[in-house]
Amino acid sequence: MNIHEYQGKQIFARHGIAVPKGYPAFSAEEAEKVAAQLIEETKVPVVVVKAQIHAGGRGKAGGVKVIKGGPAEVKQTAQALLGKSLVTHQTGPEGQTIRRLYVEQSLDIARELYLGLVVDREKRRIAVMASTEGGVEIEKVAEETPEKILNEHIDPVVGLSGYQARKLAYGLGITQGSPTPKETLAEFVQTLTKLVSLFEKEDCSLCEVNPLIVTKQGKIVALDAKINFDDNAGGRHKEWASLQDASEEDPVELEAKEAGLSYVALDGDIGCLVNGAGLAMATMDIIKHHGGNPANFLDVGGGATKDQVTKAFKMILSSPKVKGIFVNIFGGIMKCDVIAEGVVAATRELGLKVPLVVRLEGTNVEEGKKILRESGLAIQAADGMADGAKKIVSAIKAA
Amino acid sequence: MSILVDKNTRVVIAGITGSAGSFHAKQCLAYGTQVVAGCTPGRGGEKFQAEVKGKPVEVPVFDTVSGAVKATSADTACIFVPALGAADAILEAVDAGCKLVVAITEGIPVMDMIRVRRAIEGRDVRLIGPNCPGIITPDACKIGIMPGHIHLAGRIGVVSRSGTLTYEAVGQLTALGLGQSTCVGIGGDPVGGMDFVDVLKLFNEDPNTDAVMMMGEIGGNAEERAAEFIKNHMKKPVAAFIAGTTAPPGKRMGHAGAIISGGKGTASDKIKALNAAGVKVAPSPAEMGVTLKSVLKG
Repeated sequence: MNIHEYQGKQIFARHGIAVPKGYPAFSAEEAEKVAAQLIEETKVPVVVVKAQIHAGGRGKAGGVKVIKGGPAEVKQTAQALLGKSLVTHQTGPEGQTIRRLYVEQSLDIARELYLGLVVDREKRRIAVMASTEGGVEIEKVAEETPEKILNEHIDPVVGLSGYQARKLAYGLGITQGSPTPKETLAEFVQTLTKLVSLFEKEDCSLCEVNPLIVTKQGKIVALDAKINFDDNAGGRHKEWASLQDASEEDPVELEAKEAGLSYVALDGDIGCLVNGAGLAMATMDIIKHHGGNPANFLDVGGGATKDQVTKAFKMILSSPKVKGIFVNIFGGIMKCDVIAEGVVAATRELGLKVPLVVRLEGTNVEEGKKILRESGLAIQAADGMADGAKKIVSAIKAA
Repeated sequence: MSILVDKNTRVVIAGITGSAGSFHAKQCLAYGTQVVAGCTPGRGGEKFQAEVKGKPVEVPVFDTVSGAVKATSADTACIFVPALGAADAILEAVDAGCKLVVAITEGIPVMDMIRVRRAIEGRDVRLIGPNCPGIITPDACKIGIMPGHIHLAGRIGVVSRSGTLTYEAVGQLTALGLGQSTCVGIGGDPVGGMDFVDVLKLFNEDPNTDAVMMMGEIGGNAEERAAEFIKNHMKKPVAAFIAGTTAPPGKRMGHAGAIISGGKGTASDKIKALNAAGVKVAPSPAEMGVTLKSVLKG
């Protein structure tokens, strides 16, 4: 799960990590008001207006504006930004509509650094990555100048050791140019320690500060905050519900998530309903292998109910781009008759206007086939997944 | 014969009174697995009722896994505990002295698994899963949620990150008359227990395994590490399939671990690495069985 920068900064602040002072705004009027308040509180006349969307690369795309003309200019800028679609390298060509802004105090930046925490699957540890190349795409740095990325891994029992933080600090040359090098070093170590603790306590899967800045006064401040949460930990973080911004999510994927289904929209025209993630991916692959294009990844899971299957099948039926449907089930825990009942129920409700190929295998396969046969629906039965894929691809070509 | 589990394996099921736990405990018992105990805190002293070959059997339920192990000499634990309590259940089983822990539970937070892996480091225990179908040695022992009837006893080792895709592969092998020595589902989470290399090592040493079928998927680099091991150490032929050739980058495909991030973990990279290691990779998931057959010696 992703959250906005301003929400990330609120979490940073709660954990004692220094962030610039700022306020979110949902309208141009609100932006003007909070800008005035901010200038009054900080005595700094310059503020930054930042578009809040769940994608990186906002600055380059024109979503971050430095405003020197006070609250009135903030209002104008906010009017121009809100409702506009921002296209960054992470949004895709259609972009993401700006619905929220963050108005923030401007700081005197001396250096921009990169600090990122992720789960290193291979080492089974949190990995801290730091680089002097702050403010740019870290993927690019990793590709072009990997030696500029410093790494430390966190032992979950010991936690971040002081020496690790110092290694990174000296590696970054954190004291360079600071009027108060001792304090700057100490602040960096503290920031990193707090960030690691935040990552663990808040169940993050990614936590990125790009850039982490050293101000001209030698202060360490998180100028950006990108947090991804580990969805698996949602059960112990009730507060996440209030952080979710549904307008940032694909509506169909969100609907699927709420129904306990795993769905990813793709570009093709063959809808798929499968049980199990591996088989669902393999089904997409085999459709492609036989010359077709999958419209979605959909895993109904191992223990789906008839209602969930109905819901899943309705999602596929109601998609305008779907020209054919392939149901591929290898029932282990999932019983074939439950799938068949769900498919029939959804089809009765919405009608079937496209070819449907069903492959059933495993538990209660005969009952499942019988339900489909007796439904009177125009269903082609398939013998194995290759047969199913070939049948749906040729049915679409014939149509 | 087999790796890791056989007809002498004695299993305690953690979470035996839950809906998934009780359903699958019955299935495992019916398959012939020696399920000797169950564990649910607060339910100690109860008897879990099941049926084996038409005859009723009772499995004693304990409050703690250590109590179960003491009373029944269970050596293997199977975890059906809900996600937020599952890491604790794994550690409880390890602490009770189980030498093998099979964690079926899906959705365990990754931070919990990082701690579990650290806690079991250097201990004499093997962890399978989580988020996996379990492990089966056909006709001897089934610990997990796979449909037992599709398996056939034989000499092909199977190892996979997926559940239903493994059933698909096993179904194809069985249809070709190629029985399985042991099938291990290592799970679809980013941080789990045994990986491909750990299981391949065991199959490599198992005198009753002739060849290995492995199913990988996008995300991480477990397949690349497996390829490295195969190239340098594997004495037996390996066939593979990698799911997710058509998966878009940056999207989690069902499994928590199935995601291409920062251009890393693509199916084509994995297939390339496996091919370079002499592994034959099935061009389509419908051809897993025949691909394995084609690499068999003689």
